[in-house]
Amino acid sequence: MSPSSADLLRQVKSEIDEVDPSEVNELLQEGVPIIDVRETEELASGILPGAKHVPRSYLETRIEGIVPDRSAHVILYCASGNRSAYGARTLRDDLGYEHVESMTGGIALWKDRGYDVDVPRTLSAEQRDRYSRHLLIPEIGSEGQQKLLDAKVLLLGAGGLGSPTALYLAAAGVGTLGIVDDDVVDLSNLQRQVIHSTQRVGIPKVDSAEESIHALNPDVKVVKYPVRLDASNIMEIIEGYDVIVDGVDNFPTRYLLNDATVRLQIPVVSASILGFDGQLSVFKPYEGPCYRCLFREPPPAELAPSCGANGVLGVLPGTMGLLQATEVVKLILGIGDPAIGRLLLYDALAATLTEVKVHRDPECPICSRPPDEISDEEMGVFPDYEAFCAAAG
Amino acid sequence: MAKIKIPPVLRPSVGGEREVSASGENVGEILRDLADSHPATADQLFSADGELNRYVNVYLNDEDVRVLDGLDTAVADSDTVVILPAMAGGR
Repeated sequence: MSPSSADLLRQVKSEIDEVDPSEVNELLQEGVPIIDVRETEELASGILPGAKHVPRSYLETRIEGIVPDRSAHVILYCASGNRSAYGARTLRDDLGYEHVESMTGGIALWKDRGYDVDVPRTLSAEQRDRYSRHLLIPEIGSEGQQKLLDAKVLLLGAGGLGSPTALYLAAAGVGTLGIVDDDVVDLSNLQRQVIHSTQRVGIPKVDSAEESIHALNPDVKVVKYPVRLDASNIMEIIEGYDVIVDGVDNFPTRYLLNDATVRLQIPVVSASILGFDGQLSVFKPYEGPCYRCLFREPPPAELAPSCGANGVLGVLPGTMGLLQATEVVKLILGIGDPAIGRLLLYDALAATLTEVKVHRDPECPICSRPPDEISDEEMGVFPDYEAFCAAAG
Repeated sequence: MAKIKIPPVLRPSVGGEREVSASGENVGEILRDLADSHPATADQLFSADGELNRYVNVYLNDEDVRVLDGLDTAVADSDTVVILPAMAGGR
């Protein structure tokens, strides 16, 4: 005779190891991985602090992303301890996890005992659908998506590099995108600045970018700064942003940005493009070198083709801008190895990506000192500021 | 002969090449050989007193020569020297 479901449950519980909430409360402090196997809509009433959410139906496919080590101690729980019992048996018998336990009584008993729960901010049904491909990646999941939605990223320029970066960060659900650009859309921009359109030639780039961003993802708040970044406004504009994406087209602003971001300790994802070549690096103040460690001095005007119009392969800012967007997402999520202390060199004609090491300069005029010692007067100090671009014509 | 990777801003000075070869025992000799073959690069690489200009970074393979032995850093034939001035284009 086939067993009843109550029989089956009794049998499963007799075969697996169960653990009391009081013991889980202690193991929680030790960092033992705790997996909530309930369905997403059950989480609103709270989860165990630090627990990871993997619905029972995805347990087999996602557990390795969260607990790769089969010998690690793992605790599962659900609402009352039944689904987690089945889950524990599966992990042990089918996937070979050696030390898996199910929490007795589930979160109901945990709460009855008066232990703390975190009430997670949950994604709406529409957000779960929109970001479903992120939610499927263990390194992101709903927790990571929430970080993206909470993040504030400032884009310097809605031009070649800023266009693809803004579009993809908006698509990824970065909650706030600030855009600094005082320019209007020109027909000659459209060979590469894909956030704008032929119909929008002549309108401010910040407005054009906002329109495209909202068409792609209305979740994103766009903060527009139709100004040129300079020493008088930089601190006010950049303060409060989590990451800054540097795509500016001139050296004075790059040095000014460096000095201000070191002072405020905001990471900068920096890229530049010329012809068929691109460079990219992440400058995270005090964890790695700053822009002045890499380039202590700007080149003379004749070697710095940045003041006037220069040729660039139309797809190149797409490549470099999306490498920047990738680094931004990694910084927000705290995953992977950002390009800190490394300069990536992309040669589109050769189809090669090489990298060179960048070291912190112990004599760096800016980042060798504590942030509060960098004065207003020093920021953006740049030899022959006016003469620089004048000489370049 | 070691390889030298030429950055975009110096390519007009070497006939448009993206990579050239030069001979020498160390980074300084290699760069001087480059400057001898392509005199237009000399002022861009070296200051009046013969030092490498501060705005030009030079790498032996992936390492900055400033943390090695500077212009005295030994170079083998299989090495690549990368010359890298700052670029600022973004538009």
